[in-house]
Amino acid sequence: MPVSTRTGPQDAALPVWRRRTSKAQLAIWFAWLAGVAVFVWCWMYISARTEWFFVYDAPRIAGDILGRATPPRWPYMEQLWKPLWDTVNVATLGTALSLLFAVPIAFLAARNTTPSTTFIRPIALLVIVSSRSINSLIWALLLVAIIGPGILAGTVAIALRSVGFCAKLLYEAIEEIDVNQVEAITATGARGSQIMSYGIVPQILPAFAGITVFRWDINIRESTVLGLVGAGGIGLQLQGSLNTLAWPQVALILIVIFIAVIISEWVSALVRRAII
Amino acid sequence: MSNATADSVEMRRWRKPPAIERPWLRYGLLVGTLVYLFFAVGSYDVNWGRVAEGLDRGWQFVKAFASPDFVSRKSDFIEGMTESIIMTITSTVVGILISIPIALGAASNLAPLPVYIFCRAIIALSRALHEIIVAILMVAIFGFGPLAGFITLSFATIGFLAKLLAEDIEAMDKSQAEAIQATGAGWLQWINYAVQPQVMPRLIGLSIYRLDINFRESAVLGLVGAGGIGATLNTAFDRYEFDTAAAIIITIIVIVMALEYLSSIIRARIQ
Repeated sequence: MPVSTRTGPQDAALPVWRRRTSKAQLAIWFAWLAGVAVFVWCWMYISARTEWFFVYDAPRIAGDILGRATPPRWPYMEQLWKPLWDTVNVATLGTALSLLFAVPIAFLAARNTTPSTTFIRPIALLVIVSSRSINSLIWALLLVAIIGPGILAGTVAIALRSVGFCAKLLYEAIEEIDVNQVEAITATGARGSQIMSYGIVPQILPAFAGITVFRWDINIRESTVLGLVGAGGIGLQLQGSLNTLAWPQVALILIVIFIAVIISEWVSALVRRAII
Repeated sequence: MSNATADSVEMRRWRKPPAIERPWLRYGLLVGTLVYLFFAVGSYDVNWGRVAEGLDRGWQFVKAFASPDFVSRKSDFIEGMTESIIMTITSTVVGILISIPIALGAASNLAPLPVYIFCRAIIALSRALHEIIVAILMVAIFGFGPLAGFITLSFATIGFLAKLLAEDIEAMDKSQAEAIQATGAGWLQWINYAVQPQVMPRLIGLSIYRLDINFRESAVLGLVGAGGIGATLNTAFDRYEFDTAAAIIITIIVIVMALEYLSSIIRARIQ
């Protein structure tokens, strides 16, 4: 137990309880010092690259933009229904497409179902991490360059990003299944495909459904901005309105996006409650 | 053996129960899905000629991963990456510092109703708006540069961290909180000794996870002028310099992998 000594009555050295030894205390202190130093250095870097004049002026600018943006231009809504429909399709079909790839990859990545831990599992994990590291906007940027602008590029971008996410959560669910059930099915003399459909799949089905709606909800949010790089949906209208400084239209689009996201969150919560 | 027994054996044959019990719901969902798919796929207007043309370019891009070009845009590359990393660190730190009080306010077992509603509103707003949209507004207000990106990421961090932390606080063990309260502790002492130790492991885990997310997001903020590597990446794509783009993407993947590895080590240690 770390103690320090204190001079008590008659010069007797009394032990006093302390939480840490002096060395540990010092090490923690230096870690904090280093952390603060790094933060301050980073802040100075940002500060050097900032036009502070604009920042001091920011409240006025913000007020100005708000003034221009209100009231929202409600009649513009007529032109937003089609992009909104596209946005929902990009998210939904993108999620569906990603599941086609995510399910096999998850089975290849899970330690208990993969055919080979030394060879196939690392490849599957690399696919998952690559897909997850790249933001869907970057995927969209790439796909717009390759297959041209439009909602197809957006759908594929959403799918590519979601593969990693769904596969990661799904393979973790597969690794957590109850082995007894699988053993019981195996003991009846079931074939590999039967073990899969009666032993493993029923156990991960709730997780699978939960992951699907969760990702769908995120994808609605992501697909609203894909238009900024030309991949279709309501983001295209947002980009156009921003470029022409049509702030009342921007305000309306932001309200529409906000409502769409709230609805999708509500739907996904509803579905998850129904399943689990 | 008569025919009747064979029939009854046949009748008792086990069949897998359907996933959805009510037949009208089962077939209704199926029909609904098909109708939706029909209309959704029908609304796609794809120029297949353009796609076929692009596949060749796609193959060029895949090949570029075999020979990524780190050198020809070296100064832009280093500048952008440093900016991304710096934005990530600062915004995560500031985001955590702001989200802790908001999380306390958004926990229904700690906060009075008006505070609860206010904090939940901040969280909902932060979660509903995508980072890029916030970044566009911040660039309009604060001008181009990493400051706009820093504010965007800090704001996004609040929605994520405060929500999950508040949920963890709501799920905490009440008896510990009561025990501390019974000693006559003040509010701050109560938070410090009853609440904080219970949620600390989760807070650390979430913070590292958010660091990871912020880095990934910082890579795209440059698209709208909010600093970071995104601007370089965008330029590389626009000029079809796929080898530079590949180099940037590889670097992002490596950093994300390193962060994920780090977070798995730290999470294993605190649990």
